[in-house]
Amino acid sequence: MSDTFNQVADIIADTSEIPREEITQESHTIDDLGIDSLDFLDIVFAIDKDFGIKIPLETWTQEVNDGKASTEEYFVMKNLCAKIDELVAAKS
Amino acid sequence: MQLEYFQMIDKIPNVDLEAKTLEANSTVPDESTVFEGHFPGHPLVPGVLMIETMAQASGILIMHTIDFEKIPLLAIVKEAKIRDFVGPGTKLEIKARIEHEGSGYAVTRAEIRSEGKRIANAQLTFTIMPFPAEGLQDTIKRQVAEMRADAV
Repeated sequence: MSDTFNQVADIIADTSEIPREEITQESHTIDDLGIDSLDFLDIVFAIDKDFGIKIPLETWTQEVNDGKASTEEYFVMKNLCAKIDELVAAKS
Repeated sequence: MQLEYFQMIDKIPNVDLEAKTLEANSTVPDESTVFEGHFPGHPLVPGVLMIETMAQASGILIMHTIDFEKIPLLAIVKEAKIRDFVGPGTKLEIKARIEHEGSGYAVTRAEIRSEGKRIANAQLTFTIMPFPAEGLQDTIKRQVAEMRADAV
């Protein structure tokens, strides 16, 4: 498992009281882990801080609401971590 | 400060957009219906209104950074500490600083002091939304302009 996955899974477990062992690469953060928008805000803040990035949450949400993207593209753990890696790579 | 109307800030002498900080002043009124219940014979500003005071200072600061195009709404309160009692007539100095500007949200640190002594502090998270009611944007802009003008 990637370092990014482990770091994000740790953040989620710390922030939302979800047992760390229940978080897998295939977990959908909303549908499987049941993370609500408020907890997700806390999680995104921790990710932004820890990775030194700014997750474009407004854009992602808009794309999902407009039907241009599925929630899986952004909110399944492995996809979320891939997006984080892209954002980290883009800033360096 | 008008407790009944949740108008917690009187004056805003300084907004520094580069440092992303705001300084505000407020004076607790000598009388308020709030004091009739909190507490009879021992009037104190409720702790939740101290948090509201810090939230309003933070929210006004955030709105300055986005040119008052959207409204920040308080979503998360962390590490809130109410360190002392605040009674009628107390003069308060409020400071807010943006800790992080996220996408659709912002996190601030805010504190209240009186005569230099720290009274309360907290980390506050806001979701930033379109104005939910027609006319609200203009009303808030006018109120904030008055707070800044009063401080001159």
